[in-house]
Amino acid sequence: MNPEDIKRPENKVYSRPELLCDVSMHYCPGCSHGVVHKLVAEVLKEMGVEHNCIAVAPVGCAVFAYNYIGVDWIEAAHGRAPAVATGAKRLNPDRLVFTYQGDGDLAAIGTAETIHAANRGENITIIFINNAIYGMTGGQMAPTTLEGQKTATTPYGRRVDLNGYPLKISNLLAQLDGTCYVTRQSVHTPAAVRKAKAAIRHAFESSYSGHGTSVVEIVSTCNSGWKMSPAKANEWMVEHMFEAYPIGDLKNTVEK
Amino acid sequence: MKEDVKLMKGNEAIAHAAIRYGADGYFGYPITPQSEVLETLEALMPWETTGMVVLQAESEVASINMVYGGASTGKAVMTSSSSPGISLMQEGLSYIAAGELPVLVVNVMRGGPGLGTIHPSQSDYFQAVKGGGHGDYHFIVLAPSTVQEMADFVGLGFDLAFKYRTPAMLLADGVVGQMMEKVVLPPARPRRTEEEIAIQCPWAVTGHSAHRKPNVLTTLELDSAKMEVNNERFQRTYRLIEDNEVRYQEYYTDDADYIFIAFGSIARICLKAIEDAREQGLKIGLIRPITLWPFPSKIIAEMSHKCKGIMVVELNAGQMIEDVRLAVEGRVPVWHYGRMGGIVPNPPEVLDALKSHIDNA
Repeated sequence: MNPEDIKRPENKVYSRPELLCDVSMHYCPGCSHGVVHKLVAEVLKEMGVEHNCIAVAPVGCAVFAYNYIGVDWIEAAHGRAPAVATGAKRLNPDRLVFTYQGDGDLAAIGTAETIHAANRGENITIIFINNAIYGMTGGQMAPTTLEGQKTATTPYGRRVDLNGYPLKISNLLAQLDGTCYVTRQSVHTPAAVRKAKAAIRHAFESSYSGHGTSVVEIVSTCNSGWKMSPAKANEWMVEHMFEAYPIGDLKNTVEK
Repeated sequence: MKEDVKLMKGNEAIAHAAIRYGADGYFGYPITPQSEVLETLEALMPWETTGMVVLQAESEVASINMVYGGASTGKAVMTSSSSPGISLMQEGLSYIAAGELPVLVVNVMRGGPGLGTIHPSQSDYFQAVKGGGHGDYHFIVLAPSTVQEMADFVGLGFDLAFKYRTPAMLLADGVVGQMMEKVVLPPARPRRTEEEIAIQCPWAVTGHSAHRKPNVLTTLELDSAKMEVNNERFQRTYRLIEDNEVRYQEYYTDDADYIFIAFGSIARICLKAIEDAREQGLKIGLIRPITLWPFPSKIIAEMSHKCKGIMVVELNAGQMIEDVRLAVEGRVPVWHYGRMGGIVPNPPEVLDALKSHIDNA
């Protein structure tokens, strides 16, 4: 096939999702956020809800998510996204409302808001990026940081006698009667990306149709914070993160 | 139309007035002495009538962020709390000011600092009028002194908040929240429709972005030059409010030799003290600020050219007195009489305090 043929529309096999804004992202090369943003943009468009959707951005690396996915956004204070989403959803019950949060935002400073929104069964979806570190502020320990993992604030590795244990907050959320779907996915291989996309769609559909809170945890890499190459970070995630955070559905009460 | 007169607590009046105003949502957390606001709303079940949402949050931190989320969508949303709870809300209040969101926040003040007391106080004046949270911002602060004003200022607060796209606070003390008085409830009006919100609040994050660019409500701006422009816009709004929305009430000021300046419940105690004093031949007047921000500096300055002395009476250690002194600019003595910790003085105590200042002057 010559190059001119490749450019013909009928030979086009992939393009930027329509809802993903045509701007350069601030994310580091190798970061999982870009892939997850793409999946969210694709799913919203495929569901046809992009003009009936309120998204809530966190504080952390995804603070600028509103620059990348072309829907209505509210930027919340650190950890407060589930409370902000509660207000938006309760007053606009026919909208699809979701939050997009990292582990520090959701599982440390925002633990109370996360657990209580889920326990009330707010009809919102929480997209939860777990990369076991604070990316935005320069790689400090997160509640999800693994035992022994080196970060800027645990330079000799996380010690459980000092810092406690990696917080498996999705397991906790799955225990609550208010959640309808809690799953843990990753985006490190094409197969994983396809599964993560299906999970995001199921989560959006389940909460949008009023079954309660859905949570999609994406076990992710932060190669900058972990101080690894993108490829090495993927390997490290598979080897270490998946042991603490096994991939798969933790709870599903809505038929797929 | 026959007036709808009821006997109720100030806190209950706020709940009734919110429903009648056509408020879209209330998010709150119990704390004495204002829990009747949430309790009354839950009992009245407005979601069955007007469609108003009422939700008990897990904390004041959550309730103010629910307000932030709801108000971001252009809805008329409010919360209420008392001093320690309002402290917890300061983060959210700063975001709400930065987001230029028209919300109503009610603080029924109790004595502090710390867990303090459940009894009435006005010790959150600084917090309410000087900012409270981080950053350069102001709220429109309304100070009711009667149950009637508790009811009336709900609508006034919302109207001003939407007019200027800025938060409003109803700063009441525990006396006004807890006492029962006759109140004429404001007429009921319907909640705004989605179409009205889309026209009145083109900035609102309604989710309905089919016929416009997506709306984003953010308080983040890393470009300092742009962040300064944002701040300049906030300040222009504040100057506009200062020029147009100062509210106060004068009593017996025409011939007064001395002036009391007091807000909220203590202003009524001052009024009684003034009536007693006039029987004794001592001519005292009262200026009662209704807006604590913007502060009625002009009338106080004018009065300082005519009177012999001013006594600021507050349920705190001396907070509003700083704004009074700025207005008076040293022209006459400015004294203070304040009680703390939940103590409310009676009229003779207030009058005696003034007399002793006059004697020592």
